[in-house]
Amino acid sequence: MRLSSSVFASFCLLIELLGIALFLRGFFPVPVKSSLSSKSKLSDLPAEPLAGNSPNSTKVPPPLFKRVVIILIDALREDFIFGPNGKRFMPYTRHIVERGSSHSFIAKARPPTVTMPRIKALTTGSIPGFIDVVMNLNSPAVLEDNVIWQAKNSGKRIIFYGDDTWVRLFPKHFMEYDGTTSFFVSDYTEVDNNVTRHLDSTLKRDDWDVLILHYLGLDHIGHISGPHSSLIGPKLLEMDDVIKKIHASLISREAEGTLPNLMVLCSDHGMSETGSHGGSSEPEISTPLILISPLFQRKVGLEQPAMVEQVDLAPTLALALALPISQNSVGRLIPAVFEEASLREQLRFLHMNGHQLSSLLRDSNPNFHKEDGYEQFRMAEKTHGNWMKLYMDGNTSEVLGNMGKKLLKQYLEALQAMSAALSKQLGKYDMYSMIVGMSLILQVLVLLVLAMPEALSRAACVDVPVASAFLSLPFYLLCLLGSSIHVLVCTSAEASCYFCSLPWLLAFTAILFSSALLCSLVAMAARYGEELVQCSTTRTSSDWTLSELDILLLTGTVGHTLSLGASSFVEEEHQTWYFLLNTLCLAVFQDVCRKYFRERRRPGDDEEDDPLLPSIAEEDASQATFSPAAELGVSVGSEKWLALSTPILTLACCRLLRSLNQTGVQWAHLPDLSHWLNSGDHKVVLSLLAALSLLLIFLLVQRRCSLVSKIALALGLLGVYSYRAAVGNVLFPWQHSGRSISKGTGEARFVYIFILGILFTGVKDLLRSQVMSSAVEGRRLKSRGLWEVYSGVVLLVALLFRAHNLPTLACCLLIQTLMAQFIWKKLHYDAAQTTIMHYWFGQAFFYFQGNSNNIATVDISVGFVGLESYVEAPAVFLTAFSTYAGPLLWACHLVCYLSSERDRAALSLGHGSYCFALLRSVPAVFYVVLVTALRYHLFIWSVFSPKLLYEAMHTLVTAAVSLSICAKSAHRKSDLL
Amino acid sequence: MWDVEIRGMASAHAIIAASIFMATIMPAVLVEKFSVYGTHLVWLYSVAGSVAVVNIAVFWLLGISPPTKKNTLSYKLSKLFRSCVYFLLSCLFFHTVVVLYGAPLLESALETFSLAVLLSTFTTLRCLCILGPNVQAWIRVFSRDGAMSVWDTSLQITTGCSVVGAWLGAFPIPLDWDRPWQVWPISCSLGTTIGFLTGLLTAPLWIRWHRKQLTYKLK
Repeated sequence: MRLSSSVFASFCLLIELLGIALFLRGFFPVPVKSSLSSKSKLSDLPAEPLAGNSPNSTKVPPPLFKRVVIILIDALREDFIFGPNGKRFMPYTRHIVERGSSHSFIAKARPPTVTMPRIKALTTGSIPGFIDVVMNLNSPAVLEDNVIWQAKNSGKRIIFYGDDTWVRLFPKHFMEYDGTTSFFVSDYTEVDNNVTRHLDSTLKRDDWDVLILHYLGLDHIGHISGPHSSLIGPKLLEMDDVIKKIHASLISREAEGTLPNLMVLCSDHGMSETGSHGGSSEPEISTPLILISPLFQRKVGLEQPAMVEQVDLAPTLALALALPISQNSVGRLIPAVFEEASLREQLRFLHMNGHQLSSLLRDSNPNFHKEDGYEQFRMAEKTHGNWMKLYMDGNTSEVLGNMGKKLLKQYLEALQAMSAALSKQLGKYDMYSMIVGMSLILQVLVLLVLAMPEALSRAACVDVPVASAFLSLPFYLLCLLGSSIHVLVCTSAEASCYFCSLPWLLAFTAILFSSALLCSLVAMAARYGEELVQCSTTRTSSDWTLSELDILLLTGTVGHTLSLGASSFVEEEHQTWYFLLNTLCLAVFQDVCRKYFRERRRPGDDEEDDPLLPSIAEEDASQATFSPAAELGVSVGSEKWLALSTPILTLACCRLLRSLNQTGVQWAHLPDLSHWLNSGDHKVVLSLLAALSLLLIFLLVQRRCSLVSKIALALGLLGVYSYRAAVGNVLFPWQHSGRSISKGTGEARFVYIFILGILFTGVKDLLRSQVMSSAVEGRRLKSRGLWEVYSGVVLLVALLFRAHNLPTLACCLLIQTLMAQFIWKKLHYDAAQTTIMHYWFGQAFFYFQGNSNNIATVDISVGFVGLESYVEAPAVFLTAFSTYAGPLLWACHLVCYLSSERDRAALSLGHGSYCFALLRSVPAVFYVVLVTALRYHLFIWSVFSPKLLYEAMHTLVTAAVSLSICAKSAHRKSDLL
Repeated sequence: MWDVEIRGMASAHAIIAASIFMATIMPAVLVEKFSVYGTHLVWLYSVAGSVAVVNIAVFWLLGISPPTKKNTLSYKLSKLFRSCVYFLLSCLFFHTVVVLYGAPLLESALETFSLAVLLSTFTTLRCLCILGPNVQAWIRVFSRDGAMSVWDTSLQITTGCSVVGAWLGAFPIPLDWDRPWQVWPISCSLGTTIGFLTGLLTAPLWIRWHRKQLTYKLK
């Protein structure tokens, strides 16, 4: 099957998009969520089951504890208490565990064992999914139902000291707090002193109900020197002292007649043998959970602590404090805590927990009827009703007690089964879907690389041997193998994967397609192998040489791709692009210098050097008469100086833009120009700057448009300014001070009309050029149509960009114009080189406009431009458009520029789109493989996952551009026929 | 003829390399609390100064400088003056380039300028010593196939290596390792120095390796 390069490229990108989508679906499991959006209320609680139709009570059992102190020691491994270390360094705690009135457990944390999701798990009782965290980066506050909110809602006064993650997760929940930042890992004393210094005064007071302490020091020591360091001992002793102090104070304040207090000692995650955390190794997920209260019976010796899940703490705490269990909790209560309550109360607690779990199961699993746990719970509920009836009748025989014991066991089994069924859906990578998606995009990448010589040849056509692949034996064998693996994986019991839940027809089509692709890949590889052998026999040395620029472009692309392996380089990716862009500009500058200075020296120096160059010079001279340079009214002499100054001007622009928006992580807090401009005192400067930028944009864009579009563009840009003035970002010169700030809907819609108008004119010109009889006229019209579409895009970007970002747009257009006229045309860069440069510029401008690899920098307010209220489709489109404005503008310019080449437009477009697809695929595929390998990395949530979403979105944008190129070349073909 | 020139160059390069090591060791003895990271600027100036002195001395003694047409004192003085101006200009040029690459504009301007001085010492000063303040000659040497002697080639190699070293030295800056050498401009100046040393080492070897391919036109 022969495909032209552009069709081939967009085909590859589309397949890649499907692969990435499948991968993402496997990588981010869908979170289990209750369908109710509100939080649980006391009034929603189920009634106590009672057989018969007598009115049953919905009363909640009274709380078991008065005050609760939660001591969370970051990265406290279970063996730091239950192991030999605990004996040496935590004598007091160990004493309580062995002899005191306490219950000890080993609580299992779910990966990723990182503080923030673990705190969420402890408080909400749910297991936060990856996508959940990524999506909540904008508003870090926990919006889900949680114990802290419930406690606050029921009038409990909460005090918090420690890691400021809590303060960010629960804003306005604490009566009093002092957050400590965990940023400086090298500090492990100050962070803990910050917490302990409040203790004495707080413990003396009576005005609180819940005290939460989060100690960070141990975690920091782990990061610095690991779990066997000599620093661990003193730190554990210090923690032991804190526990002793709190325990003593709680006991001394225990008064007769009131409820006892509860002290909870827990940890968010453990510590691996190297001292880090985030993964799923045994020491990382095993954390101690010790509940201490005079309510509990005294222990008589060290027992092996029982295993519980970390999420079990949330329902246990909620029930013990007589609060509703949070909706999305998948935990089950810890029965030991409730041992001292009456049997009726215990059953009531279990019933409430079971009811909550069963309703969550009903919401999240369509086949909930088939779950064992659900059935068991229904049975237990019925038995419970009967038991209650007997109990109410005043039956106090031993039979009742035995029946109650049996019921208790039944409930516990049901809870366990339901909890297991729920958590199975969560926090697990769907490896099968991930692997299928990954193999698909890997095949596409290999296909792209193998097709390189053909796609960049003069024909710009790729021959994919699909037909022969369909008829070959290996294809059928592969199909068989793929199908059998699919059936095997999908029918195995534990698998719950997305790819299996697809319709069988779709899945088998994918397998069919994948095997066909593999066969044709092998065929292509074999073909090239043969050609290579022939080549090497006929010709020993290749005539394929690389210039410095080529080397830079290649090493830059490869280097950037490799740099994605380090989390810092992902966070600071903008630095990589700025650095590469600067180097590119300097390399271009060197090329320009070489061209102009060599030419001047040539006559006297070396005539016989190479006869090619003078002819090029002549060509240049002849070109100058109808080159775009002439449009600007530039003489050939000053053209040299303009060409020389273009890279320098570009460098200066880049430096300015770089300080306009500080982005990334490490230096994001530094003051930048955009803050200065937006600070209110400098509104006049901002207004002037915006007006100047809009003027520059008009001057740069209008040159190639028709008169109608010119007028529409001018009016549209005026509309943009008045929109910004209406919103209150900039000042109108004749504005009265009393004008109120509106949403500017009218102004924005005014601009939208012009954008649509310009786009319409452009498309009309493009269509008319198809039916034009004269070729020259048709080409002129077509080029004008393209530029009009481009100016429509520019106008939309101008409307969506914030006022301080308008200079970015102006600089972008300025650089495009200058580079196109003096560099790319004059220095005869080929389509591949130009494409790579466009791609680099696009990437740099993505960061220049203030984006980063963090979801938090996406400007969501763009979705409301010109809309009265939130409407999903346009809001999503506008947000995506403005976020990817930089890469999109450069891609559009690439299309316009390449099709303006006179005789080789189709060829260049083919080469360009192929290079574009390859440039996008290489980092995307590498990144997908990398993320799979690093899925237990410490920063997988905070750094790598958001970047994965950005990569996927960028691929989508690239595919859209590539499809539009494809459509254009399809036009051309119909033109030729 | 080849061997003599190469051996001369190798020994000249060895002297320059030794001066860099001396410039690192000597202040450790003389200056209190000296360390390459802690008192980085002292180290930087000592290296730059010693390389400058040794370079000028070596090339003056070897007499590689271009033949002068006039031998008057005023001509020599004007040449010296022009060389100084060129050196200063090259410092400013490097400073500008480094700022364009993203170094802060106002704060730590001294550090940036020191890096520019170091870069100029390793590149421009050698050009001045070998080629003299002659822009045409510089353009010739740094254009493709422009080398006319062994020294021109060595100049190309050391200059390229120093600049590439400085370029590579910027890469570790964004990493969050919190190491003492990640402070601006330590990694870059270390990269420059290592690049320069590599250049000094490779230039004789490379020329010896490729002496068959290298055919220099006579001036």
